[in-house]
Amino acid sequence: MTEHIAQANRSPEPASRVGALAAPTEPPVPRRTVTPTGQSNRAGLVPRRFYRSFVGLLVGALGSSFVLAVMVGSVSVPAAAVIRIVADHVGIGGTTDINPAIVQVVWDLRVPRALLTIVVGAGLSVAGAVIQVAVRNPLGDPYILGVVAGASSGAVLVIVLGSAAAAGLGVSAAAFVGALLATSATFLLGRRGARLPPTRMVLAGVAVAYLFSAVTFYLQSIATPNELRRAVFWGLGSVAGAQWSDIGLPMIVVVVATTFLMIQGRSLNALLAGDETASSLGVNVIALQIVLLVTASLLSAVVVAVAGGIGFVGLIVPHVARMLVGADHRRALPVTVLVGATFMLLVDLLARTVRRPSELPLGVVTAAIGAPFFLWLLRRNRASGSM
Amino acid sequence: MNPEWGVQPASFAACAVNVSIDDVRIVCDATLAASPGEVVGLLGPNGSGKSTLLRTVYRSLRPLSGSICVGEDDVWEMTAKRAAQRTSAVAQESVGDFEFTVRDVVELGRGPHKRLLEGDTRQDREIVEDALDRVRMTGFEDRLFVTLSGGEKQRALVARCLAQRSRLVVLDEPTNHLDVRAQFELLDLVRSLGVTALVALHDLNLAARYCDRVYVLDAGRVVSHGLTAEVLTAELLADVFGVVARCEQRSDSTGFHILLLAAVRAHAREAAST
Repeated sequence: MTEHIAQANRSPEPASRVGALAAPTEPPVPRRTVTPTGQSNRAGLVPRRFYRSFVGLLVGALGSSFVLAVMVGSVSVPAAAVIRIVADHVGIGGTTDINPAIVQVVWDLRVPRALLTIVVGAGLSVAGAVIQVAVRNPLGDPYILGVVAGASSGAVLVIVLGSAAAAGLGVSAAAFVGALLATSATFLLGRRGARLPPTRMVLAGVAVAYLFSAVTFYLQSIATPNELRRAVFWGLGSVAGAQWSDIGLPMIVVVVATTFLMIQGRSLNALLAGDETASSLGVNVIALQIVLLVTASLLSAVVVAVAGGIGFVGLIVPHVARMLVGADHRRALPVTVLVGATFMLLVDLLARTVRRPSELPLGVVTAAIGAPFFLWLLRRNRASGSM
Repeated sequence: MNPEWGVQPASFAACAVNVSIDDVRIVCDATLAASPGEVVGLLGPNGSGKSTLLRTVYRSLRPLSGSICVGEDDVWEMTAKRAAQRTSAVAQESVGDFEFTVRDVVELGRGPHKRLLEGDTRQDREIVEDALDRVRMTGFEDRLFVTLSGGEKQRALVARCLAQRSRLVVLDEPTNHLDVRAQFELLDLVRSLGVTALVALHDLNLAARYCDRVYVLDAGRVVSHGLTAEVLTAELLADVFGVVARCEQRSDSTGFHILLLAAVRAHAREAAST
């Protein structure tokens, strides 16, 4: 891990001079003639002029995945019925003659679950994208600031020792508090004066994560098998049992924070070009970095508190989005949000269908599908430079 | 190429600037000025404070005291965005591991002119294309920045400054890592733009050739300034840069040359300074 961090943060030093000194007898290299034509399109798999159509396609995919997610379950519901029930509840469309039991399953169980899944996927993905830029490290995600480790320790504390040990908090609330504590520790240890230097933040986050994990592992070692199973399952993430009554507040927070981060594209681009360049482009680097990291941390803390430690999404989806449409974050962030939400819907769908009636933890599925897909994409895209 | 550039070069004046980093004084009481359209060189050995001083100009580092004016106004008394509309910079840093295209890089220059969520208009695209044209990078728009040669990278960064349509351009050692031809080409390009430019340079002969005037910094202080041929004397080169050099004004229109011969030996330096 540290090796990667060191590599990611080193400033690349062109070797031309060294080479020239080492091999003085080499014949002069003829001046490179560049033919730019035929090399276009390496910026992203989707050509720039198709961006709008591509976003339209992604919106369609998200909508279809949502309908599909609501259709599938112990009772299958036809797509037309899903659409009618949803339309009915949001006030467009008349009364329906659909079986009230089906309506109840769809509206009270499956729709809130699917909506929560969407905001979880979108939130983790955009938080990951923003953290990657703010700490200027392609390995950045909500894990790197200690958010998930902190949340896990809070949740496991309540699961193993009972809610009295966490001042009467429930699992989600304790997870949220744990995430905030861990993230605050990362900020305090990583800051240098008012600045949040990327390398220090990453190192502080890794150290804090280990510290909180020590608490989690200790609690797991004294847990009963049943508690342990719950703790492990929580740690890998789930959106099962989502109800309208619990998801309202987290959803509002996630939607607001995601929207805020999603519109920071231009600033993120400037920040990505380096602190000094960003300053010369009129960006207040210190303030921007703090706002971005605090918002992304809060966002991930809320998501993780509700849905547990779903790994991989925050790390991978932003890279997939950049490979698709390039590193200009005005285009990459909306794609990140759409891909993250759709991916999460499909992951949850798989998680609850492959071993019916029991469910797999989401983290297992995200990694099992995500990693091979990402590696495939990486190989396909390797001609395009440093990644 | 659109011959009408339409950006008025600004005058520049830094007055009694002091800068500290972590309580260490890096720049002491530096005063320098540039007339509109002038190319002014900043020379000095490593650690003399060139980059630090330049950072205060493009608002990357706030000075302890002193004023830095582009045109009539102090850059530290306006908003960051407004300052960026006047001053652009090519700093010494790499773009990092994420993959911008050349167009992405040049479009960054439009940022200071945009409100939140305001998209790029046809005019922005024209400005970006014009900037690429001026640095002879048309056709490179969709190339990834990391795949460019050193000279092409610097030209793309200069194009970003042009897209910013700033009245002052700050260049921090822009010729580093460039082959000799690319060094000449880059500075020819900077001169041809007609902007006011502050350029930190290591190569004294390039400074002599391309700068209207130079300022020499040593340990954070401006120790000499004026026309290059008058400032860069053998004595100053020994004192400040620690090199034995022969400076000669050729009559054959190739101008002023500095022949660097050797490092000044430590004891000779001490003897010279006492």
